[in-house]
Amino acid sequence: MATRIDVTGLTAYYGKFKAVADVNLSIEPKNVTAFIGPSGCGKSTVLRTLNRMHEVLPGARVEGKVLLDGEDLYGAGTDPVNVRRTVGMVFQRPNPFPTMSIYENVIAGLKLNGVRKKALLDERVEESLRGANLWEEVKDRLGRPGAGLSGGQQQRLCIARAIAVEPQVLLMDEPCSALDPISTLAIEDLITKLKSSFTIVIVTHNMQQASRVSDATAFFSLEKTGDPGRLVEFDKTSKIFSNPTEKRTEDYVSGRFG
Amino acid sequence: MTTEPDSSADAAEPRGAATATAPPQDPPPAGGPTVAAASKPRVGTADLIFKNLTRTAGFGLLALIAVIAIFLVLRATHALNANTGNFLTTEEWFPNASPPKFGVAATLYGTVVSAAVAMIIAVPVAVGIALFITVYAPRQLSSVLGYIVDLLAAVPSVVYGLWGLIVLAPHMKGIQLWLNDYFGWIPLFSADSVGRSLFVASVVLAIMILPIVAALSREVFLQVPIAHREAALALGATRWEMIRTAVLPYGKPGVISASMLGLGRAMGETIAVALVLPASFNISAHLLSPAGNTIAANVANGWGEANDIGRGALIASGLVLFIVTMIVNIIARAIVARRREFSGSSA
Ligand SMILES: Nc1ncnc2c1ncn2[C@@H]1O[C@H](COP(=O)(O)OP(=O)(O)OP(=O)(O)O)[C@@H](O)[C@H]1O
Ligand SMILES: [Mg+2]
Repeated sequence: MATRIDVTGLTAYYGKFKAVADVNLSIEPKNVTAFIGPSGCGKSTVLRTLNRMHEVLPGARVEGKVLLDGEDLYGAGTDPVNVRRTVGMVFQRPNPFPTMSIYENVIAGLKLNGVRKKALLDERVEESLRGANLWEEVKDRLGRPGAGLSGGQQQRLCIARAIAVEPQVLLMDEPCSALDPISTLAIEDLITKLKSSFTIVIVTHNMQQASRVSDATAFFSLEKTGDPGRLVEFDKTSKIFSNPTEKRTEDYVSGRFG
Repeated sequence: MTTEPDSSADAAEPRGAATATAPPQDPPPAGGPTVAAASKPRVGTADLIFKNLTRTAGFGLLALIAVIAIFLVLRATHALNANTGNFLTTEEWFPNASPPKFGVAATLYGTVVSAAVAMIIAVPVAVGIALFITVYAPRQLSSVLGYIVDLLAAVPSVVYGLWGLIVLAPHMKGIQLWLNDYFGWIPLFSADSVGRSLFVASVVLAIMILPIVAALSREVFLQVPIAHREAALALGATRWEMIRTAVLPYGKPGVISASMLGLGRAMGETIAVALVLPASFNISAHLLSPAGNTIAANVANGWGEANDIGRGALIASGLVLFIVTMIVNIIARAIVARRREFSGSSA
């Protein structure tokens, strides 16, 4: 159920502003791929093109190809709604629906898919919350509001919500940036565990995190502000962090730049 | 008159720490009067003046309201004592006759029904307009439309009322006949003849409250955080599903409040309704029949030629309207508060 992603010649715009240019990369199934790079180089933008969330913003558009197991996400007949059901997303700030309970948050996506059977929903809630390492903490208060959890728990709730619909790919945009070190470790463990069932792409500013959790790493950068961001180097994580080909990558991962 | 906490704090704690760290409500830490004095919040002269000013204004306002209430209740009681009918159940209004006989039943019924039907018509349309502007319309159109709706909401509602009366009401006959033809089997829509009915009054009221409810709902929907909308979209929601999952639940308390404001206006609306309705004092379940009256319209129609008892009777009916409005607001608040912890205000 995991999927490979091939990106070719991807260029993304915000109105007239070209945010990233000509990105080419291949993401292997059941791998964790990390996006790193200085702020503003377009990591989030590229990530959001992978489930067509980029175009949700007014004026935003995309050129190039994104193939999901060979099928073009931006093909004429492709419905973005279906894309987003296949490619799940976890945002930088935990964003559980504040009007819903923990239980309702987890099943929000399932309800969109028309799942109504109580027994099935119950089962999937437990499964997803266990998958997100949250079940033990919340199993006695599933009816309480999701917004009443701690930040780290909320983020894991959002992960549970995303995996409840059984996507093939899970995109995570700095999922730990609002969290304390303990919650961060919990999420990193979780990523390692989820890798067995999903293809995962994670944006992070934390070099240790990238080297700890990812199999492949993409380093993005930009020449100067106003220029579009570009993919500088994409390789195995061990290679990027020990023996990168590009000088700029080496400077960045060793902390001499950015 | 205020103790300067800093001067006494020296001995016990470093300066600044005592004043900066102790929140005002904290109980004074144990350890003698010096420390207790040090942890007292600093009160400036400006604070004192402001406090007294707001307190005076607050109590003054309450006193004023009490005086008005007493005056109104006295006038009303005077008339109610002279009444030979039952004020709450009598479907007649002869307060100027001797002996006076009057009851609020028919006008109260007209008020509640016309306002309720106006809400049923106006709120869905207003919410639809607000949703279109905030979710569906392209960005530029959305800001233009938002501006227009805000402007329209600032126009006094009687303007819409008169428009509805002069332009719309004459064309209502067709709609009423149509409703009667197809839905006449429902008692609400059955009628021997159609005309200046509660239904027409409701439509005029709906037009009057539509802009304000739409403008407020739009504000409410604009407050929905992008993060929640994106969360829904990222789960594979269509736009309408996104509205149902993220926008409507989040905006519900605000829309209810906006509707209540509209309802209050509809129930208190006077002139337009007075011009539409034939001012008859009977309770009829047939919305389309030319009949009906509301409390506010009755006050406007009757005040001029009313004698002392008559005015007391009108005041009494006004107090009933006040109580009904209050009950409606209490119910609305209860609805909003029921799931307060799920309201999203904490996130
Ligand atoms: N909604 C938007 N409208 C216009 N420009 C945007 C928008 N979002 C991002 N940009 C621009 O696109 C470029 C890339 O932004 P992006 O958010 O992808 O960077 P990033 O690598 O994720 O940065 P960070 O590490 O700070 O999150 C930046 O120049 C940014 O200013
Ligand atoms: Mg980013």
